[in-house]
Amino acid sequence: MTSAPVALPGLPDGITAGRFLEGFHFMLLARTLEDKIAALYHSGKITGGVYLGRGQEAFSAALAVCLRQGHDIFAPLIRDQAGRMAFGEDILDTARTYLGSVKGPMKGRDGNIHRGRPDKGMPAMISHLGAMISVVCGMLKARQFRGISDTVGATCIGDGGTSTGAFHEALNLAAVEKLPLVVAIANNQFAYSTATDRQYACKDLVDRAIGYGAEGYSVDGTDLAACLAVFDKAVTRARTGHGPQMVVGNLLRLCGHGAHDDGSYIPETIKSTPLGQDCLKLARQKMIDHRWATHSELEAMEAAAAEAVQQAVAQAQRDPAPDPAAETWQPLASRWLLETDHPTT
Amino acid sequence: MSITYLEAIREAQTRALQENPDVFIYGQDIAGFGGAFKATKHLARDFPGRVLDSPISEDAMMGFAIGAAIEGMRPIVEMQFADFSSIAFNQIINQAATHYWRTGIPCPLVVRLPSGGTAGSGPFHSQSMESLYAHYPGLIVLTPATVGDAYWMLLEAIEINDPVIFCEHKFLYYHLKAGALPTVEERLPIGKARITRHGKHASVVTYSAMVHEALRAADELARLGYEIEVVDLRSIKPLDTDTVLASVARTGRLLVVGEAFPYGGVTAEVIARVTAEGFHLLDAPPKRLNARDTPIPYHPNLWAAHRPTAATITEALRELLGF
Ligand SMILES: Cc1ncc(C[n+]2csc(CCOP(=O)(O)OP(=O)(O)O)c2C)c(N)n1
Repeated sequence: MTSAPVALPGLPDGITAGRFLEGFHFMLLARTLEDKIAALYHSGKITGGVYLGRGQEAFSAALAVCLRQGHDIFAPLIRDQAGRMAFGEDILDTARTYLGSVKGPMKGRDGNIHRGRPDKGMPAMISHLGAMISVVCGMLKARQFRGISDTVGATCIGDGGTSTGAFHEALNLAAVEKLPLVVAIANNQFAYSTATDRQYACKDLVDRAIGYGAEGYSVDGTDLAACLAVFDKAVTRARTGHGPQMVVGNLLRLCGHGAHDDGSYIPETIKSTPLGQDCLKLARQKMIDHRWATHSELEAMEAAAAEAVQQAVAQAQRDPAPDPAAETWQPLASRWLLETDHPTT
Repeated sequence: MSITYLEAIREAQTRALQENPDVFIYGQDIAGFGGAFKATKHLARDFPGRVLDSPISEDAMMGFAIGAAIEGMRPIVEMQFADFSSIAFNQIINQAATHYWRTGIPCPLVVRLPSGGTAGSGPFHSQSMESLYAHYPGLIVLTPATVGDAYWMLLEAIEINDPVIFCEHKFLYYHLKAGALPTVEERLPIGKARITRHGKHASVVTYSAMVHEALRAADELARLGYEIEVVDLRSIKPLDTDTVLASVARTGRLLVVGEAFPYGGVTAEVIARVTAEGFHLLDAPPKRLNARDTPIPYHPNLWAAHRPTAATITEALRELLGF
């Protein structure tokens, strides 16, 4: 890889080419993995839903590369494969959860995007949109109770998720407690099939920030450099005691809601706007243009990503599936409170 | 010295805050004001920074407690009234209750629900929600009926490594007094029902405030020569089926009483278990008595006729004894 100097044309202040490359690496890895996951779904090898982050990789990865692994908290949502990887999630965790391996973090008890490792600062999302934000608030408060004051908690949501009561309650709570929370709103113009004009009536979602007492930013979500700059600022502001930060990324979901959905309701007129550009292609081109990487270096990166994905998927496919007879069927940590000795329970 | 049910709850929280630095309390108006019922009176003063006022955001309050719990804290959430926990329902049943199962990381927290009816409280400040929560795997649901249980079960609940729904009855807050708290040796662990009164002619299986109505009914029937056994479930989930079956084995007759609405629920569950596992023990069809299947009325006259009382329990028992 060409080693790049610190300040370069084409990059905002404070963002190094190394950072950019790091972000690109996770975007590429996520896209490669998700393309494979989608292919497996279409060939009938995955049971249940598949939700892709196509078009959102820059926004998601940029947030996570600004966080400190092992110290900060990151609660990803539906379309954050790139952010998950940038926060250190093992590619095998993804493959195993999608393919139903008993060795995955969820052991077959939950699937697809509903995975995490809370003990590593990555809670496992529940489906109910908006519900993770207050959980991150509580995790942050716990750190403060323990005397740790410089943890940042970040979480992601879509434009549709901002309409929930949970979103509102949690942002308000975060601001009241002045918590170091960063909320990344990927405004991908659609919530499943619903366009934003049936979702909210404010001019721009970022205008909500001031109403909560949070600091708000709007960014072109297709531009990795811009995303890195805005998250770098938001994470730093949160970490230095300025309370919750809300970042709205404007972009387009470049796929259906899930792999089952062809997204045919997304009009061509929006696909051809700047929102519809592919962030991965833009980032790749930028590296070529600025000579941060050569074609052959990029091709090597792509080959390496494909190889890593192939290995993880092959491993997960070799893994045993969960066995109902070996499953404990115990939903309580307090074993002695389980009722196991009555046929009616 | 005497202590009320409410004071026992406050004492338990005081002790938990003293003994365990991971405990904190979160709820509406609970800090300086001491809570709508004063269950946290002076606690914010005595434990600065650990008794926190929340915004009116039950969903976020629960999510906040869950986040803290999975990081190893031991939050207690006070809902101002059980009824408002409906706003937190999602976080309780989908986030807290599934967390250990899904991730292997425990979610130790207590949700205190001021439950049940009092005169004049109406449809939205009177509900008994234990059956709803008990329906979901991954939750412990407790319904203390005595001062001693309010104290010890709350302390035990805080130590449990799972989410606990603690249904404390508002009617008992000030009405119920005890001379002193039971000692640790005298306490009954969570998961065990108590035979509050021994009898041989019929069993009344009940919990929370209805235990006291059932005891009055038993007094009434004692004058006619009947010995009624009263079983206090104490814990709705887990449910002590063995103690219930043993009681039915002694009496052959079963009445199950609950203050909640009739459809499904605790009383139906107890009867389902007894008929499935102890059909041969029954000398009469099991009966149950619940609140009526309408919202809870405001006016005291209507309210008194809505929920089971000593009089209606007595009547139901007479029918059962006459079978
Ligand atoms: C509370 C809730 N209601 C409904 C759903 C079903 N659902 C899942 S994703 C989705 C659309 C989400 O849209 P948005 O928040 O914009 O995120 P995007 O999918 O566009 O990334 C819906 C309706 C849900 N998960 N949670």
